[in-house]
Amino acid sequence: MEMGTGDRAYDCSDTIGRLYRYLDGELTDERRAAIQRHLDECPPCVEVYDFEAELRQVVANRCKDHVPQALVDRVRDALAEEERRQASGPA
Amino acid sequence: MADQGRFTDLAMEHMPALYSAALRMTRNPADAEDLVQETFLKSYRAFAGFEEGTNLRAWLYKILTNTFINSYRAAKRRPEKADVEDVEDLFLYHRVGDLRAAGAGRSAEDEMFDTFTDDEVKSALESLPEAFRIAVLLADVEGFSYKEIANITNVPIGTVMSRIHRGRKALQKALWGFAQERGLVGTADAGR
Repeated sequence: MEMGTGDRAYDCSDTIGRLYRYLDGELTDERRAAIQRHLDECPPCVEVYDFEAELRQVVANRCKDHVPQALVDRVRDALAEEERRQASGPA
Repeated sequence: MADQGRFTDLAMEHMPALYSAALRMTRNPADAEDLVQETFLKSYRAFAGFEEGTNLRAWLYKILTNTFINSYRAAKRRPEKADVEDVEDLFLYHRVGDLRAAGAGRSAEDEMFDTFTDDEVKSALESLPEAFRIAVLLADVEGFSYKEIANITNVPIGTVMSRIHRGRKALQKALWGFAQERGLVGTADAGR
């Protein structure tokens, strides 16, 4: 467990050090609230936050691919074949 | 116990995301298609053991990832590094800061984000060594939690966090390489 995060206000270093876990939704409610309070009053940290959040979005959005219809058909056929094979009992 | 007859209906909607993940893993459309088909067949056969109401998507990714690691890694043609180099925290943010300092103005980051192509982002992710590539893919593209990724990849959560952290920095460095290649970053010397 991390020490010394009690009720004290987070500074820039606390916030940036936990920024990814914050973006990932992996912090306790208490730490999440402490970071939100810091971001509310620290434009430079908001700038870092916005940058990293936007980058994450860009990566997620640009990594999509179109599934070939031939693959969809192939998998459906393979599953149907497997179903028939199982229905006909053990070989 | 899950009813095997419902498998196709439930699982097919996950195929687009699974196919994208398979492409990032294998880096090859033919292997990705084979990997997806094998994943669906294995999942179908194992579906009776799937507990309905739990996370089907995470379960499918676990089978995809394990199938990739067990069947495709051994057959992989390209040797690759097992580790990423150490990159400073907030690498890309700092490079954009260098651009601004060199007079590029506040639009530098928007311009950079807007002009990355799909192929560049995919290539940057695919350039990461396997363990880091899978961790970043599952976290940043698929949005799984650290705990889910630990379960999918069969490694402790601390290892997952370290791989995501270091993999993201390596991804940023790879993206910066594309930005530099295209002359997007102009004459500003990032020095790194």
